[in-house]
Amino acid sequence: MLTILFDGVAYGMLLFVLACGLAVTLGLMNFVNLAHGAFAMAGGYITAVLMNRYGVPFLLTLPLAFIGPALLGLVLERTLYVQLYARSHLDQVLFSIGLVFMAVAAIDYTMGSQQQLIQLPGWLQGRVDVLGVQVGLYRSFIIGVCGVLVIALQLILTRTRFGSRLRAAVDDPRVARGLGINVSAIFATTFAVGSGLAGLGGALGAEILGLDPTFPLKFMIYFLIVVTVGGTTSITGPFLASLLLGIADVAGKYYLPDFGAFIIYTLMIVVLVLRPQGLFAHGR
Amino acid sequence: MQDKPFMSSLTTDEVATSLRRKGRWGLGEVLFWLAAAATLFFLPERHLILNEIAIIGLFAVSLDLILGYAGIVSLGHAAFFGVGAYVAGIFAKEMTGDPLTGLAVAGVAAALLGFATSFLVLRGADLTRLMVTLGVALVAGEIANQASWLTGGADGLQGIMMGPLLGMFEFDIFGTTAYAYSLVVLFVLFVVARRIVHSPFGLSLRSIRDNSLRARAVGIPVNRRLVAIYTISAAYAGIAGGLLAQTTQFVSLDVLAFHRSADVLLVLVIGGVGYLYGGLIGAVIFKVLQDILSSMTPQYWQFWIGLILVVLVLAGRERLTERARFLAGRLFGRSAGAPRTAPAREGRP
Amino acid sequence: MTPALETIGLQKRFGGLTATDNVSFRLEKGARHALIGPNGAGKTTFINLLTGVIPPTSGRILLEGADITRLCPELRVQRGLARTFQINQLFPAMTPLETLGLAVSERKGSGRDWWRVFGSDREIVDEVVGIAQRFRLADVLDERTSNLPYGKQRLLEIAVAFACEPRVLLLDEPAAGVPEAERHELLATVAALPRDVSVLLIEHDMDLVFSFAERISVLVNGGLFTEGTVDEIAADPRVRAVYLGESVDE
Repeated sequence: MLTILFDGVAYGMLLFVLACGLAVTLGLMNFVNLAHGAFAMAGGYITAVLMNRYGVPFLLTLPLAFIGPALLGLVLERTLYVQLYARSHLDQVLFSIGLVFMAVAAIDYTMGSQQQLIQLPGWLQGRVDVLGVQVGLYRSFIIGVCGVLVIALQLILTRTRFGSRLRAAVDDPRVARGLGINVSAIFATTFAVGSGLAGLGGALGAEILGLDPTFPLKFMIYFLIVVTVGGTTSITGPFLASLLLGIADVAGKYYLPDFGAFIIYTLMIVVLVLRPQGLFAHGR
Repeated sequence: MQDKPFMSSLTTDEVATSLRRKGRWGLGEVLFWLAAAATLFFLPERHLILNEIAIIGLFAVSLDLILGYAGIVSLGHAAFFGVGAYVAGIFAKEMTGDPLTGLAVAGVAAALLGFATSFLVLRGADLTRLMVTLGVALVAGEIANQASWLTGGADGLQGIMMGPLLGMFEFDIFGTTAYAYSLVVLFVLFVVARRIVHSPFGLSLRSIRDNSLRARAVGIPVNRRLVAIYTISAAYAGIAGGLLAQTTQFVSLDVLAFHRSADVLLVLVIGGVGYLYGGLIGAVIFKVLQDILSSMTPQYWQFWIGLILVVLVLAGRERLTERARFLAGRLFGRSAGAPRTAPAREGRP
Repeated sequence: MTPALETIGLQKRFGGLTATDNVSFRLEKGARHALIGPNGAGKTTFINLLTGVIPPTSGRILLEGADITRLCPELRVQRGLARTFQINQLFPAMTPLETLGLAVSERKGSGRDWWRVFGSDREIVDEVVGIAQRFRLADVLDERTSNLPYGKQRLLEIAVAFACEPRVLLLDEPAAGVPEAERHELLATVAALPRDVSVLLIEHDMDLVFSFAERISVLVNGGLFTEGTVDEIAADPRVRAVYLGESVDE
């Protein structure tokens, strides 16, 4: 029981790191980016390739799994995404689905369609008994890393100049521009960081979520649930939604293996119909 | 001085004629359908793929009814297609192999689901609608997956035996009966859809799409209209799915998959949104492209779909559609219907 | 006599802000009534309450004696309460012919009709042409609305509301933004509205108010400040004081 809770929290934290970039894209640029999962997949594959082909240690691959997708995100944002901010949501959806399809086929072509397995270092394998609860070492590691990231993000958003500018830009881009804030630079930076975090999440999650070319499609709905249920007005909303989803998913798969997905999708619909702004958004 | 300003020649008769002209069939349209009918006789070896084109075309027309005319974006239209397919398949297995009865049942089942879920898409902005429609399709897919005693689950629904069409025409392995059947169903439903979009009801849908606040202020019951068209569209999609199940005599979970919903969106977008023929033209282009591209690189056909989508959007889909519709309007004798502005971008409320 | 439109203790609060404060207002049958007030007085909120776009916090709204407080916007229109919008709310991709036809078909209950081709009903077409002539739109019936000159768009805005055959018509700044050259045409058509339609004019432009209205109500800070005939209001020093600082002829 507590083990399930623990695994759920780890899963939820992972989901948050994967999806928080999407929350920012949606909240800041009002852009529906269904291709977010592709950046996560990129991070996962960077780690898998570096470890399996070049024997790079797991921990060393993680920074690269962040930097690679971040650079990719930066380039794509500046060249392609930037042209679509003013377009309809339908156009944005079509465009990003197109990117997903291309990414899926491209990875399939270069890497093959099989699951990528990564060999975790020995000190992260196995479980230990803490106060009678079986705790997986790797999941503890994930909770630790993701926890640090969450706290760091929160601090950046609330304590730094960049954070306050970002929040100003989210509130009203036009006013922010009037105040002399370089909104498009903020867009680009946050997009890159969001993509990087997704990549890092993909690398960390390769062991738990699995990694194959259909990753962006398989987890697209999870990311979307996190941001639509959590709302995009704060970072705590998506965080709580991630934890909830993580715990519900793990518990659902354990107790009701046949209906887990069914329940999650149904709950999502109910929440969206009752609270279109998200479960944790402040009513306006 | 008279109250009536000096103007004119404009009489009720002329106005009525000008209005009715829009509903009349143009030469291009007649030629389009004659060409379609001609393929029945001149391209016998292509009937299997033509059958698929007709089915996808009908599916895309159904999406056009809600997206192009009522402005409802959907990422889960496959829900209705899939339900129609499964119902038609199961009905043929368990009840009777008569195609037309089965097709009607499939349409009704999808319409019921459409009616029930239409209330979920009434409120909310584009994003909410996208998520809700996607969610409905996922739930449907999950149910079909779990209820394997009924649907065959991941193995698919096998052993569907269809009776002869109208008690006379057996389905043949070349797909000729199948294609003729699908084409006639498509034509009949297209004519109905065409009537719908040119009717006062269709006009009120366009007004809702363009400005629902104003539509309400004219006294249009916005929600009821949206429920109605969503239900009709679902029935169309269900019939398209039913046709697929009956003519291929097989249903797999694939009919409810996300890529179905994405593909039909692509088909419609290629052909152009909001003038009905877009879905049909898109279906032809899509299938032909798929045929050519997948013969080059069978597994990676998806890559090219993606590329087409990206390029299409970057090149300005709306503008291209506008041009396509202009040409179609010329060709089809100005009957192409609604000139369409970009759907109002809904800001965050 | 039952007033055409009446509000009783109408109130609307947004959080801590009272946008409409206990407004009890009567619009008599056949009236030419103007509602004025400085910017931010709550005129738009008041209209939105009347038409049902937003629900009131408390109070009642009666249309010809019948309570419509909880009715949805489209049903109010069907009961005979139509409005125009301050900023054009038209269907840019449609022609005036289609726009007017839409309103007329809807009123005649054929908006549900999905089988007949639009325009095949002579009665509807007749009526559309009649309205188009009244509002001087007959020569632009087949143009795209977005291509019309602004003055014509404003005329269409009023014509659409009129096509709903209202017994009460709310005109929300009908002349706003209309260039001087097209203004006369607009004012003339407003003045020529039939007498059996009761009109409430929400306006900033004092010239228009004084030329059109017979009674004037003044709204200040969400509440009804005073009401009277044109002469009374024009002579009221308090009204002048309220408008001081606001330019009167803006």
